[in-house]
Amino acid sequence: MNGFFLVVGLILCFLVFLVLYRVIFGPGVFNRIAAISAIGTKTLIILLIMGFLYNRVEMFVDISMVYALLNFIGCIAAAKYLEMEK
Amino acid sequence: MDVLSLLSILFVLGGLFFFATATIGLLRFPDFFARLHATGKGDTLAVFLCLIGLAFHEGISLTGLKIVFIAVFMFLAQPTATHAISRAGIKSGLQYWKKKEDSE
Repeated sequence: MNGFFLVVGLILCFLVFLVLYRVIFGPGVFNRIAAISAIGTKTLIILLIMGFLYNRVEMFVDISMVYALLNFIGCIAAAKYLEMEK
Repeated sequence: MDVLSLLSILFVLGGLFFFATATIGLLRFPDFFARLHATGKGDTLAVFLCLIGLAFHEGISLTGLKIVFIAVFMFLAQPTATHAISRAGIKSGLQYWKKKEDSE
């Protein structure tokens, strides 16, 4: 089961690097925000899988929860700010 | 291998598939709204499936309950964030993508 989680985590890290293309080269700031939000959701799963691999999931689940909240709030704040920017 | 491990592997693999399709959509679609259409729905379902699979692996405990809470929270928060970004994009005047023969 640990080997399966290791493979899943590595595939997710690869997908994060693919999305990083959109963050670096994406035209305009909105594409970048959408891509960063997608990276945040992948990081959530990677953190939980790291918790299962290290057998410390009761600690990593709190970090993951805070990461989800921060990802959501940051996304909303950036959208509000750029909406007022015009 | 018992039933819970099998369910966990199935759910996590489903989530991984939807993560991959959402990433391909984010990379290949032509404009901002189409990319948001790919990630907004694909990532929501993928993160839900992955978290439910990990909760099956954890079993019934406080940690499993927290994982289920994260799943429910992401199921509410991710569409809200997608909606906020797309509304900001519309209000700041991003252009829609059109086919070549339509724009002529």
